[in-house]
Formats: sequence, structure tokens, C-alpha cells
Amino acid sequence: MNAPAGVTAEAGERSMSGWDELYRENILDHYKHPRNHGTLEHPDITFEDANPLCGDRLRMDFQIRDGKIAAVRFSGQGCSISQASASMLSEKLEGMSLDDAKKISREDVLEMLGIELGPVRLKCALLALKTLKGGVYGITQWPGEDGEDKP
Amino acid sequence: MTNRSSAQAVAARTAAGSATAPGAPARPAGAAPRSFDPRAVRAQFPIFREPREKPLIYLDSAATSQKPDAVLDAMSDYYRRYNANIHRGIYGIAEQATAAYEDARRRVAKFVGAGSPREIVFTRNSTEALNLVAHSYGRWKLAAGDAIVLTEMEHHSNIVPWQLLAAERGIELRYIPVQPSGELELEALPRLLADGRVKLVSVVHISNVLGTVNPVAEIARQAHAAGAMLVVDASQSVPHCPVDVRALGADFVAFTSHKMLGPTGIGGLWARRELLEAMPPFLGGGEMIREVKLSGSKWNDVPWKFEAGTMAIAEAVGLGAAVDYLEGLGMDAVFAHDRELAAYAMKRLAEVPDLHLLGPPAEKRGGVVAFTLADIHPHDVATVLDGDGVAVRAGHHCAMPLHEKLGIPASARASFHCYSLPEDVDALVAGLHKARKVFAR
Repeated sequence: MNAPAGVTAEAGERSMSGWDELYRENILDHYKHPRNHGTLEHPDITFEDANPLCGDRLRMDFQIRDGKIAAVRFSGQGCSISQASASMLSEKLEGMSLDDAKKISREDVLEMLGIELGPVRLKCALLALKTLKGGVYGITQWPGEDGEDKP
Repeated sequence: MTNRSSAQAVAARTAAGSATAPGAPARPAGAAPRSFDPRAVRAQFPIFREPREKPLIYLDSAATSQKPDAVLDAMSDYYRRYNANIHRGIYGIAEQATAAYEDARRRVAKFVGAGSPREIVFTRNSTEALNLVAHSYGRWKLAAGDAIVLTEMEHHSNIVPWQLLAAERGIELRYIPVQPSGELELEALPRLLADGRVKLVSVVHISNVLGTVNPVAEIARQAHAAGAMLVVDASQSVPHCPVDVRALGADFVAFTSHKMLGPTGIGGLWARRELLEAMPPFLGGGEMIREVKLSGSKWNDVPWKFEAGTMAIAEAVGLGAAVDYLEGLGMDAVFAHDRELAAYAMKRLAEVPDLHLLGPPAEKRGGVVAFTLADIHPHDVATVLDGDGVAVRAGHHCAMPLHEKLGIPASARASFHCYSLPEDVDALVAGLHKARKVFAR
């Protein structure tokens, strides 16, 4: 387990589902040093979404060349999970075709984050995906997005 | 827990010159202040006796309070021994259930200083009580061109019902601003009321985010002088301090059971009987009628006119037990306890670097302390705290306009009730130091 320096000892006996697992090193790294953070001057697609539960806001700008995402930037405010998720997703998106971007699923994002999330924090983790889909599809919701239609 | 000042002192300080305490009944001269042992109180709450990996440090009582054995036993007793529908049955247990339900109403009425039990309408919660006022009184009395005054520190439940009414009727909404100190900018009220179009003012008694105790008596005086009715959202005051609805000067007072040691699913609305009698019904259905014909119906007497359908009977019984429990502690003592803890929390939290406290100084607030920690999102703060069993609330606490005004997307909040202890605050502070280490950029 990769707990940040100075925390391991205090974390003590916390189980795998504890905060020290949630805030794995790569999540904290993306939170503290977000990739592709900012806005594009002339985006081809720009989309903003929010998580009304916690007030998190996320905007994603895309530059599209030959059906591929040539550049992506994200901005907004939110918790470490939503910000790290946006940062990781943006890395993955660079150079990806729009068709492939449309295929990214919630499972892909959760796998990318590599952490177990409760129902509330799940919304934080999926805000970036929701914003991406809203941008590339021009829709705000699609079946299965928030898992509420799953058994 | 011997702070004699408690409710009356806060009230006097915030009543803008009014000598009487809004919401606080006068203490008989010479009566000794009561106090209780919060450790003994905590022992009577089963959730704290539940064995768990880490002890529960519950600091979210402003969201919902925990329930003592007495409340759970009363509800269980109803279901196990005399469960029956009320008001209709002509048999023993139905009469017993009806008596218990109406007895709960009597106890609640006495608890809040109502003139009669018939001035207490049971609702689902404060939100429904406020919606009742908006639907029944609002649609009856307010018309296009009228205005409603709210404050910027309202819970969404005291904004959205009025927005719905405003959109339907063409009514203007005006807001008393919140100062950076977390207090209302009361100087703005005369200007908001000046054009005579304001027919209704609705304000929160104690802010669920800032803990601010608002000068309701003064607002009532100004509202009434301008010909407006006053609605008070007492969700955070009835559970925590002595409230006398008549001394408060309001026309409607909304409160909820689950924040006052009672169950969810029941709350109350107080209004003067003649006002309730004049108002049109809210929900239609059984029990709220006296007579139904195919051509039309006649309404039942108040408060039953506003209690359509089978009500939350067990919950009413539980609320009655909660009121008994609180009266046993003494609301002066509960308020003194909560405020003492809030003051202690503010002192300890001030020791945490980069922590920013929201709201007024301790002497002007109830048992609620909200804060931000550096630029760490409150969700992250709450998650780290949860790792140590410390339960705080993080987010906008159903007060998005207030957070916008304060210029922050969200905050973390610790709140107290009679079972809260200084050790809970210590655990919170330790967890916040930990959160700072995890998220230091």
C-alpha cells in the first residue's frame, strides 16, 4: 500500500476500504499536480457539468483534429476524487478518437482510479466521465451513467 | 454546564434592543439553572452502545439527532401493544392509539408554548410544514405584484417552496443579506419592506450552517408593522433551545421531530387557531373532511383539516417521548450544553493551521460550527475524519445561496446535541491535523 509519507504510521490498522486506500498515492498525485488543467482558447467542444450533491463543478475543453482529441483541458473545483478523476481521464483522452471516447464506461473510469467508492463519492469519481459524455455526445445523461438503473 | 446565560442571553444580545428573549420563556425569578451529565445522557442512546471497530464520534446532530431508548421504546410499544389506526376505530386499542397520538400533540403544544394543542398541525417534517404554509396561506393570500422577504442564509426548504409560489403567482422574492460575520444585515429590512408590497417574511431562527441565532422578535416587529406575516423555520431552534412560539412573535413556526431526538417522518407547524381555521386545506383525503358528498366536501376542524390520510402514528408517539426526554433535561440546560461545546470547538479549531471558521462569535450562535480547511475540499476532510469514526457533514448543507454568498463551494460542519462531549471535539481536531498532512500540496 502506498500511503503518503508521514501518514502510514497514523493510518495504523485502517482496512483496505479506509481513507488511506481511497487516497492512494496516484490519486493524491493527480490531485496535487493535475494534468491538462486549464482551458483552451478556441475549443471545438466545451462542456460544463456539476454534482449538485456537493457543488463540484467541472468544465472540459476539447480540440478535435481529424476525429481525434488533439487537446483537452479541464477546470473547475471539487474534491480530490473528482479532480484526480478528471486529470487521469484527460491523460487517457489525448490522441483518442471521438468514437473511442464515447465508448469509455464507468467501469473503465473506476478501474483507472483503482479504488472502492461508496455511493456518494462515486458521483465525485464519475463527474469527469459525465462531463466528457455531455461534451462528445451533446447529452447530459445516458443509461447506466450513474448506476441507478442497475440492480 | 452551569452557564446561566444560555438562551435568554443570546436572545437579548440579538434582539436589537428588545428586552425580551425571542423564543425563550422567562425563567421564574430565583429558579436555579438546571444541568445534566452528558455522559449519563449518552448512555441512554443505544447507537453509542453499539459495539463497533471504532467508537462513533457523532458530530452531525444538525442533520439529524440520535434517539434515546425512551423514544425507541415508546414507538416499539405502540407497534407491539396497541397498533391501530386513529380517530376511527370503536375498539380498545384504536382508542388507545388515538389517545396516544393526541397526547403527543398536547405535549408538543406545551413544549413550544402553543395556546392550545389545536394550534399544532402534524406534518412530515419542517419542509412539509413550510410547503403547507406556501400552498395554503400563500395561494390564499398572495397575488401577482406581492413580495416575500427571505434571508440569504435559508435552508433550501425555506427558499424553494416560495420560489414555486412566486413563479406560479408572479410574486417577487427579496432577501435580507448576510454579512461576512455570518449575521443578517438587519439594516436592510426597512428598505425591503418600504414599498408595502411584502405580504410575508420567512426566516430561519438558528442557521443550520452558521449557527447564527437570528433576531426573530425584531424581524417580527418590523414585518407586522409593514403588514406582513412572519414564518419562522425553527428546525434548529426547537430541538436545541427553549422556544415559546407566542413570545417569538411569529405567525407560523415550522419544526421537525428527527432533529429533536424523535423519529423521522413527523414534524409540526404552529399557527394561531383562528388563522388555521381561516386557511384553506393543504392535502385532500381522509380525516381532513367532516363530510364528503359527490358534489363537494366540508372540512374537518383544525388541526385535523391539515392532516389528510393516515398520519405517522408511531412517529407522533415517539416525538411525544422525545419531548418528555428533552423536558427532563431542561431546554435551558440543553442550549447551555450545546453552546458550551460550540465555544470549546471554536477555540480548539482555531488551533488548526489554515482552518477558517464560518459564522459569528460563540456567544451569538447555537451548537453548530462550520469551517473550511485550507483548500482541501470538505468531502476529503470528511472522508479522512470518517476513517477515525468521526462523523461530520460536508457539502453545502442545503444552503447553496449562503455558500455562494460566502464565496465557498462547500464547508464542513460539526454540530452537537445533549449527548455530545468535549472528547468528540478533540477527536475532530486530531482528524483535521491528519487531513492537513494527507492533502498538503
